Amino acid sequence: MTKILLILVSTILVNNFVLAKFLGICPFLGVSRKTETAVGMGLAVTFVVTLSTALTWLMQMLILKPFHIEYMQTIVFILVIAGLVQFVEMVLQKTSPALYQALGIYLPLITTNCIVLGVAVLAVQLEYSFIESLIYSFGASVGFALALVLFAGIRERLSLADVPEALQGTAIALVTTGLLALAFMGFNGLVK
Amino acid sequence: MNLIRDLVNGIWKENPIFRIVLGMCSTLAITTQAQNAIGMGAAVTFVLICSNVLISSMRKLIPSKVRLAAFIVIVATFVTIVDLVMAAFFFKLHRALGIFIPLIVVNCIILGRAEAFASKNPVLNSLMDGIGMGVGYTLALLIVGSIRELLGSGSLFGLSVFGPGYIPFLVAILPPGAFIALGLLLGLMNKINQRLAL
Repeated sequence: MTKILLILVSTILVNNFVLAKFLGICPFLGVSRKTETAVGMGLAVTFVVTLSTALTWLMQMLILKPFHIEYMQTIVFILVIAGLVQFVEMVLQKTSPALYQALGIYLPLITTNCIVLGVAVLAVQLEYSFIESLIYSFGASVGFALALVLFAGIRERLSLADVPEALQGTAIALVTTGLLALAFMGFNGLVK
Repeated sequence: MNLIRDLVNGIWKENPIFRIVLGMCSTLAITTQAQNAIGMGAAVTFVLICSNVLISSMRKLIPSKVRLAAFIVIVATFVTIVDLVMAAFFFKLHRALGIFIPLIVVNCIILGRAEAFASKNPVLNSLMDGIGMGVGYTLALLIVGSIRELLGSGSLFGLSVFGPGYIPFLVAILPPGAFIALGLLLGLMNKINQRLAL
């Protein structure tokens, strides 16, 4: 139980995947202009990351490891993720049009979101058990969603600010992210 | 003539990091040292050149419906080669770059060039584009990495520059420093471009 709690706190706050591990920067900068889209993207990522990590973990333990073909990891994982995203998109479209409307446009973008592959590879590297991997991936994606929504809030304010011309756009977004990352470093003492 | 244009394009006009802002994750993560920047740059350049050439030579064979899946498999193959070669011959570098080597697969630069350039242009042009983009990427990494290493550890390529009395500006090699350094550099590049355009 303590271990699960530790994994959660560590992935969401201390080692936030966006602000401390630099995974998923592209969607972080891309879809953080509005809070609503940020929430949508956050939900979609949480869903896909948790599901894909469960699947890739099983792949690793049941297929890659017994047959000693761990070097195929990158190729197998990326194919699993791409297939899963496509599958989720089709299922959502058929069963829940409302959810599909909300998440639909973000789903294809997720395949190339490095947080999905990153979490899947890290969960295997850290030799987590199945349940721990699930918690780890869930925490990681909640951390991503948290950073994304926080940043979208800041960015909405930022659009009203008087930013020097050369720094407008991505440049000021990166500097702001740096300040947010500094704030998150305050959580460092929580977990060793 | 066109070949030279394709080569130079990636270095300044469409520099993947400073101008079209792609592949941020690895840029931010591994630029704590100039040395890592060179290693990562070399790995990405190799994958970029190989995948550009292969995709461009197969561009008439790959049906457009499954092209993205085909691109990803091709890129993943070359990334696996880099991963294994690095683990065998440059173990320290492999440890330092860690998770970001397999993540080259989802580096937007590579898929982006495959889709935007290699799938539409002849092999030789795609080769030049791959080299140019790779060099542009490596240069950008090297600039960010050198600045962060100089400020954060007072050294360059592991050699002390400011002497032992230097008190390191530690935040530069911590995550927030990466974001701030890259943000300010982007601003500087914008400024230079405005001047050039005038």
